[in-house]
Amino acid sequence: MSEGTGQRGGREPSPLWEVFVRARRGLSHTHVGSLHAPDAELALRHARDLYTRRQEGVSIWVVPAGAITASSPDEKDAFFDPAADKVYRHPTFYEVPDGVAHL
Amino acid sequence: MYGNDFAAADPSGGDLLGQVEAAEAALRAAAARGRGGAVTSGADPEAYFADVIDADQKIEPRDWMPEAYRRTLIRQIAQHAHSEIIGMQPEGNWISRAPSLKRKAILLAKVQDEAGHGLYLYAAAETLGVSRDELVDLLISGRQKYSSIFNYPTLTWADVGVIGWLVDGAAIVNQVPLCRCSYGPYARAMIRVCKEESFHQRQGYEILHTLAHGTPAQRAMAQDAVDRWWYPSLAMFGPPDGDSTHSAQSMAWKIKRFSNDELRQRFVDMCVQQAQTLGLTLPDPDLRWNPERQAYDFTHPDYDELMRVISGDGPCNRQRMEHRRRAHAEGAWVREAAAAYAAKRVGRREKVAA
Repeated sequence: MSEGTGQRGGREPSPLWEVFVRARRGLSHTHVGSLHAPDAELALRHARDLYTRRQEGVSIWVVPAGAITASSPDEKDAFFDPAADKVYRHPTFYEVPDGVAHL
Repeated sequence: MYGNDFAAADPSGGDLLGQVEAAEAALRAAAARGRGGAVTSGADPEAYFADVIDADQKIEPRDWMPEAYRRTLIRQIAQHAHSEIIGMQPEGNWISRAPSLKRKAILLAKVQDEAGHGLYLYAAAETLGVSRDELVDLLISGRQKYSSIFNYPTLTWADVGVIGWLVDGAAIVNQVPLCRCSYGPYARAMIRVCKEESFHQRQGYEILHTLAHGTPAQRAMAQDAVDRWWYPSLAMFGPPDGDSTHSAQSMAWKIKRFSNDELRQRFVDMCVQQAQTLGLTLPDPDLRWNPERQAYDFTHPDYDELMRVISGDGPCNRQRMEHRRRAHAEGAWVREAAAAYAAKRVGRREKVAA
């Protein structure tokens, strides 16, 4: 970073895209990495060449990296706090009397 | 081909894919295990960083990390990426002259993989806050290096085989431990790379096996290639431990897990039996089994030569860099045309919307 020159001949860098691939029918899309491309169509084509050379997917999403809003790890504890004291959301919280079926 | 760290306790045991899968499983297991939970991220980021590393969990891009950790990773990942990109040249040299259509298709796929590996790694480096253009510029201006091995010429078709067997083999020994690197994006990129490398190594070995069992001239060509590439391959593990500059801190940060000399030894021990099966000789008269060490004694490569090649004085340094610069410059119009087309389409859409 500190080694960077800062001067790039005036050209805007090509936008960054995050790539999500559905490996097989029935599975959800999973983040596999990122790439640079000038537009969505080329991003899709590059994603195919880069991340599915070995039939790793049946569907690809490309998302402009700048369009993703992420929670920050610094706020981690406070942000996820509301879920911490609600163990009753899990079925294992409840005691079921012996001999009760289909529950 | 840069960082050296190693995963499994057993160096020779388990095939490559097994080791990569073990690293992947360990990644998931450490994440599921959780940490003691005592240290939280907000209060003391430094303690939190240490805690995550201790628990063998991954540091992710938005986590706090020491500036030196970030810089070390950028340097290592970038040089690794540069090596993949420059590494396309020695083999690309033989695409038009591959001996059959099958070999040609395979070699094309392999060189395309190397480009892909370079891109996975550039993407991993970018998560640390450096831009792609800066990384490309660092390579093209010669301010960052790539692996010394790619400054040797590929003189015959057998060299393509030896690159797969020895050069990719050495790279794999270096890279499998990197699947357990403490930085998440690098570890995940390495898992991908290693799974694909296993095909590279086998295709190289198969080329050599075919040549070694062919005519006397083919056999001689295979032996000659092994003779020329053996010591440069050993040098890929870097200087001996005593002279290695970045090791101790990288070990503590779990970027690297095994020393240069440990990995070099592991590679030699692997190659001896593989060479026997080929019926080819490794060009080292002092190579012999040492029952006390339970490892092979071998002659070390010429580390002065390694330093000369790294500093620019290898057989092909200038050619490799000139070719990369030319390819980058000659590809500029494609990048510009694609950007202009994208801009035009955005303009058109805005007009429609208005």
